Amino acid sequence: MTQTEFLNIVMPFKDKVFRLAKRLLVSTEEAEDATQEVLLKLWNNKTKIEAYKNVEAFSMTMTKNFCFDKLKSKQAQNLKIVHNNYEDVNTSLQKQVELNDSVNWVSKIIEELPEQQKLVIQLRDIEAYDLDEIAKMLDMNNTAVRVTLSRARKTIREKLTSTHNYGVK
Amino acid sequence: MVLNNIEKLLEKYENGETSLHEEQQLKNYFLQETVAPHLEMYKPMFTYFQVNKQEQFTKDLPLKTKKVFNYKWIAVAAVAVLTLGYYFKEPAVSSYEEYAYGTYDNPEDALNEVTKQLAMISNHFNKGVSTVNYLDEVNKGTETLGYLNEMENATSIIFKKQ
Repeated sequence: MTQTEFLNIVMPFKDKVFRLAKRLLVSTEEAEDATQEVLLKLWNNKTKIEAYKNVEAFSMTMTKNFCFDKLKSKQAQNLKIVHNNYEDVNTSLQKQVELNDSVNWVSKIIEELPEQQKLVIQLRDIEAYDLDEIAKMLDMNNTAVRVTLSRARKTIREKLTSTHNYGVK
Repeated sequence: MVLNNIEKLLEKYENGETSLHEEQQLKNYFLQETVAPHLEMYKPMFTYFQVNKQEQFTKDLPLKTKKVFNYKWIAVAAVAVLTLGYYFKEPAVSSYEEYAYGTYDNPEDALNEVTKQLAMISNHFNKGVSTVNYLDEVNKGTETLGYLNEMENATSIIFKKQ
C-alpha cells in the first residue's frame, strides 16, 4: 500500500478521530498527538488494513482505547491536563454562529458528563454516526447506546435549562 | 405546526429515538436565526455540535516508510552461502576421491606404486637419519672432556698431601 492509498483511506475520518480524542483529552495538543499516534499505528499495520471490515470504526475504537490509556497514565502521574482552549481557532465560524457564553456552557456541561456519555454524544450528535456503528465502536449493545445517549441528552438539557433560566425563575 | 413537529422531535430526541434524518431536521431548525422563545436553551447545544463538527486535524502526518530490518534476508543469505559453499566444495571432494581410490584399477600396479612410494619414503627417511649422525661428534667431544678427570686425580693427590 502506498502513502497516497493510505491517505485516501484515512483522510475522510482523520478529523473525526481528532475530535473524538479532543472530546476525551480536552487539550488540543494532546488530541493532536493522540490522532497522530493512532494514524501512525494504522500506517505501521497497513498490511492488515485490508482485513479490517470497517477501518473507520476500527480507528474510532482504537482512538477511544488510546485516549483511555492516556488518561489513565495521566492520572497515575498525577498530572492535570491543562485545558485552556475552549475558544475555537476558527474565528470566522465563531462569528457566523455568534458563539457566546451559552455555547461555552455546553462545552463545560459535556465535559462534566461521564466518559461513556461524552463518547456517545460526540459520536452521535457531532459526528452523526448510526447507533449500530456506535455500538460496534464502543463495544456496547444497541439499547445501551440509546440509554446512554438519552441520559446524556437529558442531562445537557436540564443543565442548559437551569443556566438559561438562571435569575429568571 | 412546525413548532409542534419540533417539540415532538425534541421529545423523541431526548429519549434517543430520533433517526439521523430527524436529528438533522432539529439541527437545521435550531441553527436558524429565530427560534421559539421557550426552546431557546436548545440553541447553544446544536450550535455547539455544529461548531465542533468543523474542527479539523491540521497537524501533518510523518508517514515514513520505516525500513524494518528483515530477518528473513539473513536466512536467504545463509542458504545462499551454504549452497555456494557446497557447490565449490563438490569438485574438490570428487578429485580427492579420484586421487585416493580411482587411480589404479590393477592391484599389481597399485602394489608396485606403493612399494615405489614406500621406497622413496625410506630413502628420504635415511637421508634424514644420516644428518642426525653428526650427533656422534658431540659424543666425541664429551669423551675428550673425560681428560678433565685426570686433572681431578692430580688435585686430589695435592689435597691429600696437605
